[in-house]
Amino acid sequence: MAFRHKHILGIEHLSAEDIQLILDTAESFKEINSRDIKKVPTLRGKTIINAFFEASTRTRLSFEIAGKRLSADSVNISGSTSSVVKGETLEDTAKNIEAMAPDIIVIRHGHSGSPHYLAERVGCSIINAGDGAHEHPSQALLDLMTMREHKGSIKGLEVAIVGDITHSRVARSNIYALTRMGARIRLAGPGTMIPAGIEKMGDVTVFNDLRDAIKDADVVMMLRIQLERQSKTLLPSLREYARYFGLNQENLKLARPDAIVMHPGPMNRGVEISSYVSDGEQNVILDQVENGVAVRMALLYLVSGVDAILAE
Amino acid sequence: MEKLIIKGGRVIDPAQNLDETLDILIENGVVVSIGGGIDAEDAEVIDATGKLVTPGLVDIHVHLRDPGFEYKEDIASGTRSAVAGGFTSVACMPNTKPVNDNHTITSYILQKAEKEGSCRVFPIASITKGMAGESLTEMGELKEIGCCAVSDDGVPVSNSEMMRRAMEYARPFGLAIVTHAEDLALVGSGVMNEGPVATELGLKGIPWVAEDAATVRDVMLSELTGCRLHVCHVSTKGSVDIVRQAKRRGVPVTCEATPHHFSLTEEAVRGYNTNAKMNPPLRSEEDRQAVLAGLADGTIDAIATDHAPHHLDEKNVEFNIAMNGVVGLETALSLSLQLVRDGVIDLHRMIELLTCSPARALDLPVGTLEIGSDADVTIIDPDLKWTVDAQQLASKSKNTPFDGWEMQGAAVCTVVGGKVMFDIAK
Repeated sequence: MAFRHKHILGIEHLSAEDIQLILDTAESFKEINSRDIKKVPTLRGKTIINAFFEASTRTRLSFEIAGKRLSADSVNISGSTSSVVKGETLEDTAKNIEAMAPDIIVIRHGHSGSPHYLAERVGCSIINAGDGAHEHPSQALLDLMTMREHKGSIKGLEVAIVGDITHSRVARSNIYALTRMGARIRLAGPGTMIPAGIEKMGDVTVFNDLRDAIKDADVVMMLRIQLERQSKTLLPSLREYARYFGLNQENLKLARPDAIVMHPGPMNRGVEISSYVSDGEQNVILDQVENGVAVRMALLYLVSGVDAILAE
Repeated sequence: MEKLIIKGGRVIDPAQNLDETLDILIENGVVVSIGGGIDAEDAEVIDATGKLVTPGLVDIHVHLRDPGFEYKEDIASGTRSAVAGGFTSVACMPNTKPVNDNHTITSYILQKAEKEGSCRVFPIASITKGMAGESLTEMGELKEIGCCAVSDDGVPVSNSEMMRRAMEYARPFGLAIVTHAEDLALVGSGVMNEGPVATELGLKGIPWVAEDAATVRDVMLSELTGCRLHVCHVSTKGSVDIVRQAKRRGVPVTCEATPHHFSLTEEAVRGYNTNAKMNPPLRSEEDRQAVLAGLADGTIDAIATDHAPHHLDEKNVEFNIAMNGVVGLETALSLSLQLVRDGVIDLHRMIELLTCSPARALDLPVGTLEIGSDADVTIIDPDLKWTVDAQQLASKSKNTPFDGWEMQGAAVCTVVGGKVMFDIAK
């Protein structure tokens, strides 16, 4: 099948077939990353702008490497979360970038909906690398790729996602992606961090107790507790958070013996995850990072071909 | 002597319980007689055959943005927008720059309205100086020179004692307190209604309780002090219920609903539509239904637009940082007529909600065609089909969520004090 999305704004817009195709494409690209010469000419002559208006190390590096391994010219720009602070609107910033004729803009922005805003206003492809608390599609796709590698198939998996769901774009994209691929999602987190109506987003059950959420789970995904966002109205202390919502060797025993442990990073060791678990046998955290490059290569490749397909 | 006859229209004036095909004779800006077969040799005649003829519509909640934000709207453009929508009277909120908290600003507004305005303007002064919530304005003088009520609209009085004292002070002057009822701590940094849509979009929600809790407080303070209270833009099931119960207990409370709250829900935000961003936010379908029920059963006293012009640059940004509010003067009547076609309210009730009932809420001397009253008249073609084109609005600002909507019914002629201030044919 052909991929018909010019933009990757969120998993919400992708079908199960789209996700399957992205994962299959990523799998075929993954091998390049272990070669001696890690470069193919696929996107030679294409220009990719990685516009990161919000702090990021992993995702930005991953997109940059993905572009370079496909021989595209990747350029990075960064800015403050709010373009208003600089006195230039996001639209003007984007139009200026567009005037230099890039093929793809990869955008990370603190405001939910920013990639949609750009997609309505510029002509090139837009890939969402995380927008506010909305979506982080490439993260969910690399998570699914990792689950598929370890579990064979996504369908029927019981996936626990634990932490600050309210502010998590990773959780939202995973809820869409996992639901579409036939997995079931269990959520747990402090009462202040479970957003209204989250059950309506997919095959989701919310648990009050972390232990109930991870019992017999195939996958346990711990979310970063955002120290910078954690105001005193949401949590009494990190100590109490670790006690009731941290993953450790003891409560991990409740999951299936072959369960895998995931984390989108960066981790707060000893808070949402103990080092015994994050470095333990069941962790696949660095596999996620490795697959991130392959998934982003797949996304860059697939959106690049769309104009040709649509022109046929 | 200037004479005007509006002939052959279906005259509906809820204040007089009038609904008949009649002629209206206006002399020197005053309604002189209403009856069949009125003729006068030297009169200008408007043929209203097949049209509705109603008292001039009254909007008790608009932002004219003048002084201070004339790039969004000014008194001339805002009142032009009003008459284009069939409104002959507007009450304008004090959140100008400087705030309308003193004699000088009120005089400026009144004088400019007199000179450049297309309709009547009734200024609402602020409750506290600078809307800072700290000290009372000179309400006695403000009332005397022409303010019709007091409100800290948009920046609700958070301190409950301050609000109590404001009501105690306002009551003997006969001023109503107009409340934008929101608990700002519960609003927090929310940008839309809290619920599944906000969760999906990753936008911070504003819970219904932010409105309900503040409404309860103000209703109870009104009960304590006996001060008339008008609750702006009720948008939740809870606040409609609170007002309904308060009225049953005899609390002197009135309230209004906006066309956007009775026509739209939070679903309109999808796609990060900044023209669906306002305060209070668009709510759930259940809330919308409760507002409709309140309009029908008399709980809600007025349809008011909360006309809130914003420049394109303030809306053409990311949703989180877009300004709150939408323009509404030119779409309110059509959206209200839709309620009649949908069977929510009858025509008589709709006109009441747009004329005498809001006038009563703020004690304005308008909203009826009684003999001897100022001749403010709106002629409505209830069947006229038109399409909203934001760029064609008379308002300086184009921030409407109804751009492109197919409408039915509109004001075709608006008469203010016996003068035709809007004629759709011109």
